[in-house]
Amino acid sequence: MADLLDVRNLKIGATAYPPGEPPQDITIVHGVSFTLEKGKVLGLIGESGAGKSTIGLAALAYGRGGVRITGGEVLLDGENILAFGGRGIRDVRGRRVCYVAQSAAAAFNPAHRLGDQVIEAALRHGVMSRSEAWERAKYLFSVLGLPDPDSFGQRYPHQVSGGQLQRAMTAMALCPGPELIVFDEPTTALDVTTQIDVLAAIKRAIEETHTAALYITHDLAVVAQISDDIMVLRHGNTVEYGPVQQIIEAPQEDYTRELVSVRQIQKQEAPEQSDAVIRIDGVDAAYSGHFKVLHDVSVHLPRGQTLAVVGESGSGKSTLARVITGLLPPSKGAVTFKGETLPPKFAERSKEQLRKIQMLYQMADTAMNPRQTVRDIVGRPLTFYFGLHGGEKTRRVAELLEQIEMGKGFIDRYPAELSGGQKQRVCIARALAAEPEVILCDEPTSALDPLVAAGILKLLMRLQKETQLSYLFITHDIATVRAIADSIAVMYQGRVVRFGPKSQVLSPPFDDYTDLLLKSVPEMRIGWLEEVLATRRMGSAGH
Amino acid sequence: MKWRAIPLSAWIGLAGIAAALICALFAPWIAPFGEREVVGDIWLPMGGDFILGTDNLGRDLLSRLIYGAQTTIFVALAATILSFSLGVMLSFTAAVVGGWTDQGLSRLNDLMMAIPTLIFALIVLAVLPQELWILVLVMAVLDSTRVFRLGRAVAVDVTVMEFVEAARLRGEGRMWIIFREILPNTLSPLLAEFGLRFAFAVLFLSTLSFLGLGIQPPEADWGGIVKDNKDGIIFGIPAALIPGGAIAGLAICVNLVVDWLMNRTSSLKGGRGDG
Repeated sequence: MADLLDVRNLKIGATAYPPGEPPQDITIVHGVSFTLEKGKVLGLIGESGAGKSTIGLAALAYGRGGVRITGGEVLLDGENILAFGGRGIRDVRGRRVCYVAQSAAAAFNPAHRLGDQVIEAALRHGVMSRSEAWERAKYLFSVLGLPDPDSFGQRYPHQVSGGQLQRAMTAMALCPGPELIVFDEPTTALDVTTQIDVLAAIKRAIEETHTAALYITHDLAVVAQISDDIMVLRHGNTVEYGPVQQIIEAPQEDYTRELVSVRQIQKQEAPEQSDAVIRIDGVDAAYSGHFKVLHDVSVHLPRGQTLAVVGESGSGKSTLARVITGLLPPSKGAVTFKGETLPPKFAERSKEQLRKIQMLYQMADTAMNPRQTVRDIVGRPLTFYFGLHGGEKTRRVAELLEQIEMGKGFIDRYPAELSGGQKQRVCIARALAAEPEVILCDEPTSALDPLVAAGILKLLMRLQKETQLSYLFITHDIATVRAIADSIAVMYQGRVVRFGPKSQVLSPPFDDYTDLLLKSVPEMRIGWLEEVLATRRMGSAGH
Repeated sequence: MKWRAIPLSAWIGLAGIAAALICALFAPWIAPFGEREVVGDIWLPMGGDFILGTDNLGRDLLSRLIYGAQTTIFVALAATILSFSLGVMLSFTAAVVGGWTDQGLSRLNDLMMAIPTLIFALIVLAVLPQELWILVLVMAVLDSTRVFRLGRAVAVDVTVMEFVEAARLRGEGRMWIIFREILPNTLSPLLAEFGLRFAFAVLFLSTLSFLGLGIQPPEADWGGIVKDNKDGIIFGIPAALIPGGAIAGLAICVNLVVDWLMNRTSSLKGGRGDG
């Protein structure tokens, strides 16, 4: 059988504008080749900056924001679409090759009904009449498992959930009956329990319609469920390319092996002890007085240990951190720190009380002032809490940078000159500078690539061993929980549904929600998706 | 800072501002004649002893222009700086404190803005004694309402960022948050506004002088010179256009420099990546 898509020696370049220097031409993708048969799925995987999205868009002969395709061929059914003119390429895009973006919420026009947007491309290209297109849209809605396929198209984007929107976008791509779809991280922004539904829907739809797909993601476990072949990319080069089985079970390259084993860090659970640094007793909390987010939450964090708070978005886990820091005073209950009750508002707490609880944010980008250098960012708590100045302060900042494995060469850099992992490390250094007893970590690794995230987790664990720090670690990722937690609190709709030592929480018998959550975490195993769908007890919470 | 990195447009702006400042500072030495000295016939053409000709009373126009730079730049600059200090302080306080303070200050600002600036200024200046510092103060207060609007809008954007939350949780005082966390991140729009406001201040002062409530004759100021010579336009005498050109030139020069400063403050290094 002939290949539907044949990419040969694809080279992509762009122009970089380093500050204070003349513009330079750089190469983003250095000669990548692959083929894709009709009805098959190829997974493109790699960390950010690997060039996977750029390659995906090149399949539409498109370069985003100053990106240029500088060499090679993209053969669609034997024709090089890179050589097509404006009219020719418009005929390919949206009809023969379609695109599904990562953030469906941003990709839909909020002013138009979903149905009209789903059939727009098919009408525009004259593939089918309006009524035919509506019929096809309804059919696709039902294949994708959307509620009320007949009336779903009448809704506006804000009236459906994130998972449904992502499926609607898949319907939009499938509607004109394309030969190839490019999925650009379609489930990355979704909760695990929702991700599994979307994943299953996409898989079923691809099988039903015999469409070929490029599936771009950074999560090897996800791509293992849906692809036939996998291509591992790094810095615009192919690291490894082969059938799923081979990549997952017998990876040849070191980098692939690292990716496969990244989720296997396990922390030995510390023995239970009653000496709690932070104790939360029967806390209720509400936003603007009436919208209640936390219901009777009671957990405690033993000294020198890690309590993982797990749950999907909207479960109230970040709100819990806001209550502890005093940003959101609880309407009932209290937070005690080493036996003394903390004032509910942070403004009423003493400097010492503030110092001992530090915070780590999900987005290190916005957690640091972009106009301050690393020296100022890390040095400020030293001046503020301990009155350090001049050489003494510089010495201590250098020490802290050493502690987070970065070295003092970074001391005069601005946040914009750091990578994502380095930024998070500087945030850790800033927290450490205050010499806290507790660090509240609000998903500090979820915006990072898996290998970088693993580095951050290892660093946090090392610091805990050295300095007896306690962490309250908020996350939605079970693999992270396994890696760092001593005890776990599972949250669902503002309530703690399960709380206890890790071994106890993660072993049966489970309550329904924990069961669903644990089963939704993609495993690095072929056929996992089918198994799970067959045995699920509780419908996804995302609806 | 590298001198080479300064673009040509900024050099032109800097040169223009420097020329105006030199005129203002060294007026008695540069000007060929005195400020109030009647030296010839009225509305003499350009050339000869009088490079730009004479004005409606027979005073040397170039000398009037050079002396006028003194008052115009001083008053406009003082008023702009004052209005920025006032507007930025109040607006940032409103944004950081929030709640009733914010409501109070913002509504008061709306109230001030509801009254047309020129009419407000005319009434206030007509009632108060005619002194320079009162003029500066009135211009500053009226202008600060515009600065407040902008300042609050940009500061609210920054106050919700996590690094500000982190500073609050550290226990930092309000002044630190305003000046160290928020101000550096709002500098670009504020600088752009500064250039614009300075130009407006020059124009506003000129308007007031033109209407007789600004700088009082016989003291020279650019707006006043336009007013003095406006009747000449009917007879084809360009004396009124020259100070007008000076006002426009200064406004453009200031904005050229501000544009360049804005590029610098919003560049990638230490910026928010929008350069």
